Amino acid sequence: MKLKTEDGGWSPYLAGALVGVLAIVSVYATTQWMGKPNYLGASTTFVRAAGLLERTVFPERVAANEYFTKEKVRVDWQFMLVIGIFFGALISSKTDRSFKLESVPPTWKERFGPSIGKRAAGAFLGGIVAMMGARMADGCPSGHGLSGMMQLSVSAFIALAMFFGTGIVVAGLLYRRRSS
Amino acid sequence: MSIDQILGLITGVLFGFLLQKGRVLRFEKQVGAMLLKDMTIFKFMLSAILVGMVGIQLLASAEIISLSHKAMNMGAVLVGGALFGCGWAVMGFCPGTSIGALGEGRWHAVFAIAGMVAGAAVYAELYPFFKSTILAWKDFGKIGLAEIFDISPWLIIPVFWAGIIWMFVWFERKSL
Repeated sequence: MKLKTEDGGWSPYLAGALVGVLAIVSVYATTQWMGKPNYLGASTTFVRAAGLLERTVFPERVAANEYFTKEKVRVDWQFMLVIGIFFGALISSKTDRSFKLESVPPTWKERFGPSIGKRAAGAFLGGIVAMMGARMADGCPSGHGLSGMMQLSVSAFIALAMFFGTGIVVAGLLYRRRSS
Repeated sequence: MSIDQILGLITGVLFGFLLQKGRVLRFEKQVGAMLLKDMTIFKFMLSAILVGMVGIQLLASAEIISLSHKAMNMGAVLVGGALFGCGWAVMGFCPGTSIGALGEGRWHAVFAIAGMVAGAAVYAELYPFFKSTILAWKDFGKIGLAEIFDISPWLIIPVFWAGIIWMFVWFERKSL
């Protein structure tokens, strides 16, 4: 088992195990300093971001919305965590020179061509569907996949199986070209 | 910034750093996992889960922290999970990794991020409808695996470890 990958990354086993340590420390730290445990997650932040943006145009609509009220539109712990992910990835990729500007990923290009417009439309529409699913399921691969599994939550096992099960079927249909 | 926000930011920077070092942020890795060609994401996630579950269970057993299960709502998890899987395959990012991918220069992630913000707004609009339909189907509440089988989590964890380690060995043998 190699600790480094060819492009200077770390073994996924090592980086993953360190995320496990981070998750433990984070639950402990948030319990100590915030009075309640906060588990790693990301998707609720998109609700808060949507609420913050929508509030600039339709403040009363956001105030009256049941879901925004339930999830509380504010820049909280998880919101800052999501912003932190951006900077963490930027620091890591700039220091090991794996930072690369990419407009269309290779697998997508091979199947759908080099059009940025097509890629943008796919990413945007996929984003809408995925986020509706994540909010319905109350979690994404971070909240259910990592945090839920670590706690042995029943919902996490089912959600993760659905995420990957459906993902595998749809990706197979989308990207696997029939060799004819 | 409040202590909550500072704590969140520090945790996020470390999380993003490790996600990038593990090379799991990229579209290629995410779709590669779904095409079962590249197991990097599985290795990364399962390693995090193996380590995390031991520490979290220890702290919970010692009553230093409390667990926070998400509800096992049948309709929510099955329909929501399936919708997520469909969108994920097309987008090639999940919510957390989209932000990280942007950080490492994969700027097409902005379209995914914009889509996800839009999706969250649509969900907020449709929430009353979902609440009375899909979410009202069957809710088993916030349950853990140990409780439903009425056994100690310390019996589940070794079995889980053994299964995953066996899987890792298989990945390496097959050079996946």
